[in-house]
Amino acid sequence: MTESVKVWSLHLGVLALVFAAQYVLPPYHATNLARIMVLAVFAMGYNIAFGYTGLLSLGHALFFAAGFYGMGLPIGLLDWAPVPALILGLIAGGVLAGLVGVLALRTAGVSFMIVTLMFAQAGYLTLLYLNTWTGGDEGFVVDRAARVIAGNDLSLDGTRFVAAFGLFAAAMVGCLWLVRSPFGRVMVAMRENEERSRMLGYDPFRIKLIALVLSGIYAGAAGAAYGLLFGYVGASFATIQYSILPMLYVLLGGAGTVLGPFLGAVLMFYLVDITSGYTDAYLFVVGAALVGLVLFAPRGILGNLRERFAPWLP
Amino acid sequence: MSFGPFLLLAVLEGTVMAAVLALTSVGLSLVFGVMRVVNVAHGEFYMLGAILAWFVTYYLPFPPALAWVAALIIAPLVVAAIAALADTFVLKRLNYAPEATIVATIGLLYMVQQAALTIYGPDARPVAAPFEWRIQLPWFGYSGYKLFVVGAAGVILAAVWLFMTRSTAGLVMRATQIDRDTAQCFGINVDRVYAGTFALGAALAAAAAVLIVPIQQAHYLMGHDPLLLSFIVVIIGGLGSIRGTLVAALVIGLSDGIISMFFSPTLAKIIATLLVALVLVFRPQGLFGARA
Repeated sequence: MTESVKVWSLHLGVLALVFAAQYVLPPYHATNLARIMVLAVFAMGYNIAFGYTGLLSLGHALFFAAGFYGMGLPIGLLDWAPVPALILGLIAGGVLAGLVGVLALRTAGVSFMIVTLMFAQAGYLTLLYLNTWTGGDEGFVVDRAARVIAGNDLSLDGTRFVAAFGLFAAAMVGCLWLVRSPFGRVMVAMRENEERSRMLGYDPFRIKLIALVLSGIYAGAAGAAYGLLFGYVGASFATIQYSILPMLYVLLGGAGTVLGPFLGAVLMFYLVDITSGYTDAYLFVVGAALVGLVLFAPRGILGNLRERFAPWLP
Repeated sequence: MSFGPFLLLAVLEGTVMAAVLALTSVGLSLVFGVMRVVNVAHGEFYMLGAILAWFVTYYLPFPPALAWVAALIIAPLVVAAIAALADTFVLKRLNYAPEATIVATIGLLYMVQQAALTIYGPDARPVAAPFEWRIQLPWFGYSGYKLFVVGAAGVILAAVWLFMTRSTAGLVMRATQIDRDTAQCFGINVDRVYAGTFALGAALAAAAAVLIVPIQQAHYLMGHDPLLLSFIVVIIGGLGSIRGTLVAALVIGLSDGIISMFFSPTLAKIIATLLVALVLVFRPQGLFGARA
């Protein structure tokens, strides 16, 4: 079996299993899985920037929220149809990532983290400040009538799962293709040794900016889909928690692996879900997971697996 | 009230704000300067200081003034001990790698915040001021305690300044800041310096909180604003430069107090955060700092 066959059969196999899960799982867990898939798309976008290109951003909530509002505002204020609104949300994420990137990529390391954090914070405060249109903290509900695409009502469990799966599958195939392409290799080169890549004739700023924009498009698409599938848009999705969440998923599943963000999202979602059955201190679990991961398993689950058993894992 | 007295009130409020902010920010700046660690959990040390002050004043059977003084001693010490433990068991094991420590301190932030919510509860609770004394100005009365806060913060800052510039421990800390490896070659126990610096930074935040808690109430989410503001101050003042931090705390504290009185506080915060991002991008050495 060639490596390429091995890689594609593994990832398509995972996709098939996830699709089949809707016929097996009880409705509660099927809805959870739909939510996890959308969040995993967000985390995959984060992974493109952090895992592959080495850009540790603390501001991805801004691009996620751009998706929400890029989708929600045209529907709420201008009565747009859902599909163009979804596309606008995706574009909004990419455009904001580009704008932030042009400024933030002049810095690196800790400064990059703080600059992205500050831009995201400014974005969140702006959403609160413009509460006449954005609804501020309370947000707004996306009309059920506006959540029907070609006769398929996205507020129904079955259609919602299929729609979330469609986005998830497209995102995963896109990500797999990206990281195995020559451009994906250059992204990794930026992470591993920026100076050497520059010496080889690559322009680090351009590569990193493209990676960040792609990452923003993923985040925007996830945000727009989340708002449309679950019918709610609010400023809470722009808070720092939503910048930390994808980072946590990626760190847990394995930074720089295609399946890592999804694995991390599933595990973390159910870890929080199960512990909140016993205690309401779920933030403690999140905090302990972050500290434990950076201390004991900085490569995450799939990162360790790749190192020991499967060096071919993309 | 006419414009003049109103401005005076805004300046007074701004000065109180600046004094407390200076204490918190110098703590953050010390930790960054000596250890090159961006401590995202700094605001939680502040919050812990305020909550411990509530516990101390509530459970100690002393008159308010004495109980408050006890809190001013106990709270920073306890917070410093917690910080030293966090340094030894988490940050040191990460070899102070900048990105890993940020992630780890975000984790600490969540853990401390949740612990405070579980143990202390979601309520905001007041702490009695050590004394009640109003200064009657011709236009309005002003709390004497607030002016005392400014003085006390000044005394603590002066003590930190003397400690850093005159004492052997301060010399050791500065030596470690300039060159960690050479300092170690000269027999300085760098691990202990780091733990001590992290503890001192946290203790300063806790002291600031004990000073402010009779004015604001103790609440488990109260660490957010000071964290953001001290980040702003430390960055605008120049990362790691104590002098720049002091100047920036004064400027930011005063302008925040004045702008929030005349304009929307949210707008003031938007401008401040954008300013920080742009300063880091275009002038990473800070507006006042001479060097990074």
